[in-house]
Amino acid sequence: MLRYLARRLGQALLVVAGVVVLTFAVMRVVPGDPAVAFAGPKATPEQLAEARERFGLDDPLPAQLLAYVRDLVTGDWGISLRTRQPVRDDLALAFPASLELVGAALLLAIAVGIPLGVLAARYKTKFPDFGVRLGSMLAVSVPVFWLALALQTLFAGALGWFPVAGEYDAELDTTSPLTLWTNITAVDALITGNWPILTSTLHHLVLPALVVAAYPAGVIAQMTRAALIEEAGQDHARMGRALGFGETSVLTRFALRPALNPVLSLIALVFAYALVNGFLVEAVFNWPGLGRYAAESIRSLDTPAIAGVTLLVALVYVLANLVVDLLQGLVDPRVRAR
Amino acid sequence: MTHHAPPLRRSLPRLLPDRFAAFGAVLIVLVVLAAVLAPWLAPYPLDEVRPLERLRPPSAEHWFGTDQVGRDVLTRILYGGRTSLFIAASVLAVSALAGVTLGVVAGYAGGWLRDVIMRVTDIFLAFPALLLSLALAVVLQPGVNTVILAIAVTWWPWYTRLSASVAASIATRPYVDAARCLGVPAPLIILRHVLPNSLTPVLVQLSLDAGGVILTAAALSYLGLGAQEPTAEWGLMVQQGQTLFTTNWWVVTFPGLAILLTAFAFNVLGEGLRGALDIRSGGARQERATQEPASAERPRP
Repeated sequence: MLRYLARRLGQALLVVAGVVVLTFAVMRVVPGDPAVAFAGPKATPEQLAEARERFGLDDPLPAQLLAYVRDLVTGDWGISLRTRQPVRDDLALAFPASLELVGAALLLAIAVGIPLGVLAARYKTKFPDFGVRLGSMLAVSVPVFWLALALQTLFAGALGWFPVAGEYDAELDTTSPLTLWTNITAVDALITGNWPILTSTLHHLVLPALVVAAYPAGVIAQMTRAALIEEAGQDHARMGRALGFGETSVLTRFALRPALNPVLSLIALVFAYALVNGFLVEAVFNWPGLGRYAAESIRSLDTPAIAGVTLLVALVYVLANLVVDLLQGLVDPRVRAR
Repeated sequence: MTHHAPPLRRSLPRLLPDRFAAFGAVLIVLVVLAAVLAPWLAPYPLDEVRPLERLRPPSAEHWFGTDQVGRDVLTRILYGGRTSLFIAASVLAVSALAGVTLGVVAGYAGGWLRDVIMRVTDIFLAFPALLLSLALAVVLQPGVNTVILAIAVTWWPWYTRLSASVAASIATRPYVDAARCLGVPAPLIILRHVLPNSLTPVLVQLSLDAGGVILTAAALSYLGLGAQEPTAEWGLMVQQGQTLFTTNWWVVTFPGLAILLTAFAFNVLGEGLRGALDIRSGGARQERATQEPASAERPRP
């Protein structure tokens, strides 16, 4: 296991290094002079020169790359050209908001997807199976931005059941200000017992979380169904049947646990994708997460911020993959052998 | 090729009982026909603007209503299908060509060459498609060609992974050994034996991916980084009509349904094909020794 761990970690580091180089390359080909973007269009030549000096834009590219890597490692992710704040501070506020949204969505997707998958496998080729297959297929095929707009128009606009946008009611910041611990609003509100903000946040969370959950729920249902059908033909399930257990008991008591193994690793992978998928949803619901930050950065050609978001998401993806592989290596020795 | 009849042909009859897949196939035929025949099917000329008929609700003259400048929504949806299918076909062609070439070479050669190719692949896989597309779409001029390039850059590694694992298993088959013993040069072995026998899972994956590409392209256009006016494109139509959703629902609803229907059709067909051909390989899944549905293997960006 140790050797597997070392090899897998080495691979992950290699990928991270590649990601850094690629991000740097993309940043360098962005049109427009970063110095002009920073100093403003009316800057004097002296101010421009100073900005170039400050960001090392006159150095040769390899030197710039080295400096970039050195800064990243020491925790300096650059200064946003738009907010004038360190990118790392911006991300420390935006990322938890995205985590909140995606976390809620995944919980929802698991709570809905696994039971539906079981239902479909239990009544394979019957009507419930058809319904679940159709529903999950629609859920993975729906354009999220459109679903977000539709739910927003219907449930927030026309029916007024939910707030249209935002993370919680803005006036709560003055009436019951939130003490930040984790920067995840719902968690902080829970820890500090700030009920007004907690209920407001949960209320605001319903619609965007539903939209983000659609894709993972569909995939999890399909996966649970497939894995369960596979397991239901295995010897331990047949033994359960021979002992006189009903088909539902066979599935839920004997087949479900081994079938959940691939489902769990799928969830870790889906997480990173849901994060990016959430970008579009954040744009519609004005959720103060990474997606909105990325959209605003892109609009103002804020290269350090764009690079920061790209790096962060890529790191999350690499980490999720690593966790999946290590967990599988732990559970299934055959994985380690390769 | 002669040693293994392509399983696609053998299992086509098995595909027919799967009503689900058949349904998907019929849908795709309809969508493609609608797009190809758009100039003949469309009730109005593509860019005909009638300022006096702005935002008319669906009626006998305008089945799907008219948009904010008085264009027929149905007409634009039919033409939009051409844009979407063109983008999907281009992206898949480019990424399959690049990805399968690299993958087959990596799988057949093995050793350090495989390691290098697979590590580079891993790096590109770490970028969610939408994110890298976003960054690239900023760098390049927004437009259909940029969308194609941006998505293709993030899409090819999946085909490399897939075909590398298939090719690696084919490289150990006796007929490949035989060819090697006869002194057939490696490029010829790859071209004549490894490549043709690696293609079936790739074809299934292409069908599964078409939906994902269409959704990603629509998302980029929705963000204003894809197709630009006056191109008819579904994501762009949603973006331009989004403020009108409450008052003029048809402007946004029908383009969204068009995206949903098309992505759905490809996903259903792909799932059906995968089931009928009993393909469980596919890079990530094979390496993980699990049995995920292929659509699960690659959650869409």
